[in-house]
Amino acid sequence: MTAPSSSTTQITNQVGLTKADYKGAPSTLCQGCGHNGIAAQIVTACYEMNLLPEKVVKFSGIGCSSKSPTYFLGRSFSFNGLHGRMPSLALGALFADHTLEAIGLSGDGDTASIGLGQFKHLVRRNLPMVYIVENNGVYGLTKGQFSATAEKGLYLKKQGTNPFLPIDIAMEALVSGATFVARSFAGDPKQVKELIKAAIAHDGIAVIDIISPCVTFHNHENSFHSYSFGKVHEEPLHEISLVLAREEITVDDFETGEVREVTMHDGSTVILKKLENEYDPTDKWQALRTLEEAANNNWLLTGLLYVEPNAPTLFDKYNLPDTPLNRLPAEKLRPVRETLEKINAMMF
Amino acid sequence: MNLNRMIENDFCITFSTINGSGSATANITLMRALFRMGIPVSGKNIFPSNIQGQPTWFTLRLSKDGYLARVQEDDIVVAMNPSTIGKDIDALVSGGVLLIPDDFKINGEIRTDIVLYRMPVRKLIREANVSPQLRDYVANMVYVGVLAHLLKIDMDKIYQALDFHFKSNQKAINTNFDVVKAAFEWATENLEKKDRYITAPMKGTEDYIMTDGNTAAALGSIYGGMQFAAWYPITPATSLAETLNEYLPKLRIDEATGKETYAVVQAEDELAAIGMAIGAGWGGLRAMTSTSGPGLSLMTEYLGLAYYAEVPVVVWDVQRVGPSTGMPTRTSQGDLTMVNFISHGDSQMIILIPGSVNECFEFGWRAFDFAERFQTPVIVLSDLDFGMNQWITKKFDYPDLPMDRGKVLWEDDLEKMLEKNNGVWGRYLDIDGDGIPYRTVVGNQHPKSGYFTRGTSHDEFANYSEDSVVWEEVFARIAKKFDTAKKELPKPEILLQPGAEVGIISSGSADPAVIEARDLLKAEGLRTDYLRIRSLPFSDEIKKFIESHKEVYVVEINRDGQLFQLLTMEYPDIANRLRKAAHMDGLPLTAKWIKNKVLAKEEK
Repeated sequence: MTAPSSSTTQITNQVGLTKADYKGAPSTLCQGCGHNGIAAQIVTACYEMNLLPEKVVKFSGIGCSSKSPTYFLGRSFSFNGLHGRMPSLALGALFADHTLEAIGLSGDGDTASIGLGQFKHLVRRNLPMVYIVENNGVYGLTKGQFSATAEKGLYLKKQGTNPFLPIDIAMEALVSGATFVARSFAGDPKQVKELIKAAIAHDGIAVIDIISPCVTFHNHENSFHSYSFGKVHEEPLHEISLVLAREEITVDDFETGEVREVTMHDGSTVILKKLENEYDPTDKWQALRTLEEAANNNWLLTGLLYVEPNAPTLFDKYNLPDTPLNRLPAEKLRPVRETLEKINAMMF
Repeated sequence: MNLNRMIENDFCITFSTINGSGSATANITLMRALFRMGIPVSGKNIFPSNIQGQPTWFTLRLSKDGYLARVQEDDIVVAMNPSTIGKDIDALVSGGVLLIPDDFKINGEIRTDIVLYRMPVRKLIREANVSPQLRDYVANMVYVGVLAHLLKIDMDKIYQALDFHFKSNQKAINTNFDVVKAAFEWATENLEKKDRYITAPMKGTEDYIMTDGNTAAALGSIYGGMQFAAWYPITPATSLAETLNEYLPKLRIDEATGKETYAVVQAEDELAAIGMAIGAGWGGLRAMTSTSGPGLSLMTEYLGLAYYAEVPVVVWDVQRVGPSTGMPTRTSQGDLTMVNFISHGDSQMIILIPGSVNECFEFGWRAFDFAERFQTPVIVLSDLDFGMNQWITKKFDYPDLPMDRGKVLWEDDLEKMLEKNNGVWGRYLDIDGDGIPYRTVVGNQHPKSGYFTRGTSHDEFANYSEDSVVWEEVFARIAKKFDTAKKELPKPEILLQPGAEVGIISSGSADPAVIEARDLLKAEGLRTDYLRIRSLPFSDEIKKFIESHKEVYVVEINRDGQLFQLLTMEYPDIANRLRKAAHMDGLPLTAKWIKNKVLAKEEK
């Protein structure tokens, strides 16, 4: 059944829902936390993509980021699992109904430390889901320890100076065979939204590493994960927008050669408007090279780093019925009595 | 030696070999042939955690009385491993039989109270039409043929066993059977029967099948409608998941669509395996994982979440010897207290403990009914002895109850529920007063079906709450749910001997040894009653049983007496009646050990 919209006078999307139908509970995160902005963009992206909240399922691990599924899509099912172990949870749950759209919310502590193994195995299996990492380089809920994505040389009050090189989540995703990898910045809401929409359009794992500043424990002027740094040093690869399958593409303000289009599995199109340099998001080697270059120059490189729209997903490797497994009646699940007689005969 | 007093269908043969040498085929062939002759027989494999080259033993016990427990002494030893021959000879009873290849040299004197037969293994293999690569493998068929002659094992049954083993592959059957025949003929011409052991056909295996507990568990799960399994390889649980993979395509392809009604995922580790299974259970699938102690240790945190967030999932723990890597290829009942208290904070698991291979099948399907009915993890405690050894067991019975999917609300159900309760439904709301709430699952399109599942504290509507009262109320309601469960779980099995004052409590794979020990004790003049526990939380029958006996021996396969500990905690007022009878050396329990343990205490 389709949910009725709350009022006929309000603006609704193609499934008859208002933007309010995509909202969650009020946030209990810090004022100004990057995660709140991302939650708002998830709301808008799902609204604009005309998703039914009942067709979306949310997952998260443990940490500030993992609390945030409470703050969007209040009507959707959600499972807040264990630290670093959201990927396994999501994988099992999506086998229950493989027709659902899944959005996973994780953080750098959740994904880049305990969760690195599950993250990489999820990527390797290409489970169709949006996997957002709200990356702030710091443990917030435990009040200010270095995470594995904190840059070398970062100084934090309780910790001193970080002696280790950071883990690059986008690069980890790429080398594990991810079919959609993006990086963004919470201070660039339009890009965040368009990337989330493209991720939803993607059939396969879609990793978005979003630098999302922690205003309480880690927002120093010159640190990589701060607002001020991002505002100055963000280097977008392109200007991205997603055009739905039904919509007409109007790119008349783009000159030929300046725009690259990528047709997604669901028929929608990712439009990438060229900025300074030519960038081909279907070239994995270019993606890795560009990331390495950005790391060496301390640039906050953002945009769609890599996409492979038609790679087989995990579910393509199974012969699942069209009906979700969790809707199969008992008679489809218990073999009939005669078969057990044969089984007994096989047991010598 | 007096050959007039033959020992018929009541003795034990141990095959001492080198692992990786292909002896398993020979041993299982003999076991199947004896089974087909109608002789109750059990096979126990004592094997190393190794691929090739280490000593391994397989023991076949023939028991006309139907006893299936391990025995300590060997009547016949087939010694194919020169490195263990001294020890193997020591294990023989007086009057026992030793078979060795004729080129084996034995240092020192051979015991004079045993019968020695030498087998020309090399010669027979050289004469056989076998490719050099296969010679070592079929060498074991020589002792099959020699034993067939000495013990009068039916050659037709041996052929049937090979036919089954090689799935009617005529070339493989012939290669092996030709060696068996040659050895049989050689023995007929050259060996003079000097020992007392003999087999004879009987009718002791009607309505029985021959299989192992992991196969039974996998098949039981399939007949229980298992929809999702995630697993990670670990001895001795691996073959459970592999058997799922073997039989699911045969039994669970939807005829109408040709699609699979299940999914199996080999996870990256046990942390992920349990996460996947719990995700699937949450999503409304009959979900399971199978593991052993070390894997279960990794699963503890997620199981605690599933307990508190009330997610159904089935976990098979095929126990081995721990802690740590322990003895990975030996059996124990050492995980009971760990499972009972698994995870941090207060928690509780429904535990099922099958006492036979047949019951592994039964609990395979029933575990899902309990998990979904009570929305909680169900741990099934099997062990290596059941899981990996060959057993004769009663034929599998088709489930006698329809599948119980528990309190799941789909769109229409939820709509009706809302109409009935003034628009109110809460995921953790106890509407029926039995402690069991109603749940919706993903994909439900009713706009009020969604909820937020979390391991953090939550109220009856699944909202986050740090209110102390809310925590206590929800937690008390979960405890109440377990009170409901306790009444519906499998009751203990009780066997009485009239006039008995001594009781025995046991569970799982200790059962066959207890059954036999009670007969031994009775022969010594001590009558016993017996209660076999099949589930936890403990049912009230257990209390009554303890109360009605002055002494109750708690027999189990671990060091600390874990079942004894749990019973002592559960029934402190009558705990002084309990006697710990725990033993664990990695091997299945013997009736003799139990008899001696009980008599030693009773005679004091």
